[in-house]
Amino acid sequence: MSKKSIRHQEGDPETTGHSWDGIEEFDNPMPRWWLWTFYVCIFWALLYSIAYPAWPMISRATPGLLGASTRADVAAEIQEFSDRLAPIRAKLEAAELTEISSDPELAGYANNAGAAVFRTWCAQCHGSGAAGVQASGYPNLLDDDWLWGGDIEAIHTTITHGIRNTTDEDARISDMPRFGADELLEEPEIDQVVQHVMAISGQEHDAEMATAGAVVFEENCAACHMEDGTGNRDLGAPNLTDAIWLYGGDTEALTYSVYYSRGGVMPNWAPRLSEADIRSVATYVHGLGGGE
Amino acid sequence: MWDYIKLIVLGLIVVLAAIAANYARDPAYMVNALTIMLAAGAVFLWTLRHADEPKPVAPQNEYFDGVVRAGVIATALWGVVGFLVGVIIAFQLAYPELNFEWAQGYANFGRLRPLHTSAVIFAFGGNALIASSFYVVQRTSAARLWGGNLGWFVFWGYQLMIVMAATGYLLGATQSKEYAEPEWMTDWWLTVVWLAYLAVFLGTLIKRKEPHIYVANWFYLAFIITVAMLHVFNNLSIPVSLFGSKSVQVFSGVQDAMVQWWYGHNAVGFFLTAGFLGMMYYFVPKQAERPVFSYKLSIIHFWALIFLYIWAGPHHLHYTALPDWAATLGMVFSIMLWMPSWGGMINGLMTLSGAWDKLRTDPIIRMMVVSIGFYGMSTFEGPMMSIKAVNSLSHYTDWTIGHVHSGALGWNGMITFGALYYLTPKLWNREGLYSLKLVSWHFWLATIGIVLYASSMWVTGIMEGLMWREVDANGFLVNAFADTVVAKFPMLVVRGLGGVMFLTGSLIMCYNLWMTVKAQPERASDNAFVPAE
Repeated sequence: MSKKSIRHQEGDPETTGHSWDGIEEFDNPMPRWWLWTFYVCIFWALLYSIAYPAWPMISRATPGLLGASTRADVAAEIQEFSDRLAPIRAKLEAAELTEISSDPELAGYANNAGAAVFRTWCAQCHGSGAAGVQASGYPNLLDDDWLWGGDIEAIHTTITHGIRNTTDEDARISDMPRFGADELLEEPEIDQVVQHVMAISGQEHDAEMATAGAVVFEENCAACHMEDGTGNRDLGAPNLTDAIWLYGGDTEALTYSVYYSRGGVMPNWAPRLSEADIRSVATYVHGLGGGE
Repeated sequence: MWDYIKLIVLGLIVVLAAIAANYARDPAYMVNALTIMLAAGAVFLWTLRHADEPKPVAPQNEYFDGVVRAGVIATALWGVVGFLVGVIIAFQLAYPELNFEWAQGYANFGRLRPLHTSAVIFAFGGNALIASSFYVVQRTSAARLWGGNLGWFVFWGYQLMIVMAATGYLLGATQSKEYAEPEWMTDWWLTVVWLAYLAVFLGTLIKRKEPHIYVANWFYLAFIITVAMLHVFNNLSIPVSLFGSKSVQVFSGVQDAMVQWWYGHNAVGFFLTAGFLGMMYYFVPKQAERPVFSYKLSIIHFWALIFLYIWAGPHHLHYTALPDWAATLGMVFSIMLWMPSWGGMINGLMTLSGAWDKLRTDPIIRMMVVSIGFYGMSTFEGPMMSIKAVNSLSHYTDWTIGHVHSGALGWNGMITFGALYYLTPKLWNREGLYSLKLVSWHFWLATIGIVLYASSMWVTGIMEGLMWREVDANGFLVNAFADTVVAKFPMLVVRGLGGVMFLTGSLIMCYNLWMTVKAQPERASDNAFVPAE
């Protein structure tokens, strides 16, 4: 006896005669449209696999009647653009760096290409708007405050060789001492010099400590940051008087910087980007607003 | 005697697990070893307290429903956990601040994401499949579950696997293979549990009193066997140390990728499609009280689905290091798979012909219909996305995420909710559900939630694909990656809200099921079985 939980109705088709826990099955045929769509899909699959690389044989797969290859497609597409752009890129590589911006054809291409290079390779750190990440060590490229120089040649050198990396012999290198961690200065001296930096950057400060700090500054910091604190681009030593800070300018951030030292790393792009691309992105960055 | 052997084995496991925990090379391994030690210790104490007691004789003319009841509870619980973690990571994507500094390395997106996917697929879906298959195979075979307490071993063993995997993820143990993240010790344990599951299921089928095997059981069996095979091959890896969680895959490079997506695609095909079709083939005709539409269709679409699915994996690797020929085959097999998948949809929907009026009165049927609808939609969307030209736009975008969720929330989630609503009054011998009105609330919250989810992901996915590929006249990219992230923000918020609605619905369901067991009047058990003549 099976439990009859199934309701039969007028005009129901035959069932198969089986019943499981009261479940029965009609003996309906497969819907024609379903079957024919299935056949069409199989037929199409067969045709497609004849036209395109598909069936693995002993030493290689069938190449397909159309001779299609996704690798060849990509290579052709890249080649097409390379061919089209070859003349202007050659001209760009041959030009003097300082002349690029005054030649409308070169400037137009370089800014366009440089923006694309920037979005792909530089935006991760400097932000897609090139404003950097304030107080996190990623410099803002829109302003006129440059660590290593802001003329087109300096920018080109920085991009080509990078900063403080270990992969390029000509990378820009500078290394601020860890005045606290390596016990080069006593902690009170650090507090004093921080107050001095607060003073020369026009922030609120303790005048007495700042005066004492001026002496510490002159003996320990002025060699790189210069006596007036305006920095030295040859050494990548930042200007401390302009209220633009790479790692923050409050007492806490400055104390940390003096105690542990800080410095960012930038890759050398020469092995990854073509000379034309480096020149393009240098032109683009130079033109963002702060170029000298 | 048997009790003493059990005690010795369990005692040994406790000691060995303690030794392993002591020598552990990493926290994930240590926590796993301690978990095993505690689990084995608990069973040891339980066995000790009940040793030499007369064993209660299970009535052999009754179904073994205790393990199904436990499975229903586990399904509901893990479902809520999985949905909750999903909501959290959805908002982490919209608001990165939610990756709290203090929780780095434990509860940031990277750690929680596999927790979410595994919790919903394997903990929620897996428990639903194990519980429903144990229920269905007994009813449709008119036989008690084979293997006695082996059913309990499968249930508790599977929960142990889930806890090991989940704690491992949070502590950083992962193979970095999507949907196969658990490390070797969890994989080995799951293999043991899964073979026991196969034995219980097959044993019950073999001793069945019905002359034929019902179609639901074909699907369940295909699911169990294929998942066993996929699991073993995709987890062929060599542990770096017996006391550490790290292992190294035996395949490398594109072979490893191909094995991974052969596994990954068929985890969808056999876990989330075949297994849940088994569920559909029992609960839809039961709830609709109508015969299945076509036996012929079920045979043809079953075999076509089983044969074709296994070849479609390469479509996950279009335009990669995978050779063109493999991509072509993956694509054409996916296209051929369209109709076999739709066979299940037709059989499910057409079973309702003659019972369409129930859509107005029975929210559970409504849930099942929406579930089959989403099944049909995602099994059309899938083959479409496998076409190389479409894939070049859709791949790596949120469209894929939307596709997965219209399948997982719509099809797997809704059919499971339907099954839970059907099962709870039956298993606890109650007069129907506590509140159909709450089922309606659940239905609408879940449906609108899924629609918000899927449509926001379509919009953002297609937008993302178009932005990524946009180049100017000189062939230069127009958008930075960060530009696409910014553009996605509103859709990411909508997606999170969709998730909140889906989660709320599932909480309402838990309350409803709880009150059904607590407050509904009892009715006579119909737990004894009689085969059809």
